[in-house]
Amino acid sequence: MLPALPPYAATLGLVANPDGSLTMPFQPSLIGAPGRLHGGALAGLLELAALRAVLAALEPGATAKPINVTVDYLREGRMEDTHARASITRLGRRVANVRAEAWQDSPERLVVAARLNILLDRPAPAAR
Amino acid sequence: MSEAERAEGRHKAFIGRFLGHVPHLAALGIRYRAHGPDWAELEMPYAPHLVAYPETGVIASGAIFSLMDTASGLAVVMRMAEFQPHATLDLRCDYLRPAEPGRTVIGRAECLKMTRRVAFVRGIAHDGDPGHPVAHVAGTFMLTAAA
Repeated sequence: MLPALPPYAATLGLVANPDGSLTMPFQPSLIGAPGRLHGGALAGLLELAALRAVLAALEPGATAKPINVTVDYLREGRMEDTHARASITRLGRRVANVRAEAWQDSPERLVVAARLNILLDRPAPAAR
Repeated sequence: MSEAERAEGRHKAFIGRFLGHVPHLAALGIRYRAHGPDWAELEMPYAPHLVAYPETGVIASGAIFSLMDTASGLAVVMRMAEFQPHATLDLRCDYLRPAEPGRTVIGRAECLKMTRRVAFVRGIAHDGDPGHPVAHVAGTFMLTAAA
């Protein structure tokens, strides 16, 4: 079972969807430049979507922390709800390579995309 | 009034507008600290609503990203002779270590190079000792008004 979303996720107002994606409903506290979402809020959304996807793929007791993130800003984030999903490129014993992306009106029109390396701490495999 | 003084006046006026009226900065508690001709420094005091790991009190890397994205954008503006609209193209953040719970995080970014259309930025975040950083960033910005 996935852990509850942390306080920072509540600050962004994130909602976890049953399919594993996250939604960041529009609220005025997410605004950066006039009329646009702050790039940092979008990056925070992508990081949390990536971490959640990794935790969902790991055994209970494992932990995951971002080593780094590279965010590409593709379109301006409008004052609308934003949705994010993540896919794991490779899940290793020590590191997960993850892609995350977010969109507003259509998943075909990405607003931001990110690549993350996530450090894993996984319990040792059970001895046979 | 010299050109340098006029530029400084423009920068101060811009910083007031830029930081005073951005809702997401208010939401995270990000505020002005210092600036120079091609750099800007902001701070984000520790606060419970920034926490990502309740068991340790460590704040979210996403909050540090917001701090550094903002400091980077401001560094680009400091480097401009006249204000131009700009947008983040990409930003990479390496999270070197967790920020110490309870400590203010300071983000300093500098604009290394500005061409007609692209600005290049790097920066660090630390929680008291710039020699022992929490995060390192590198990014690029597009000057969106350039032809």
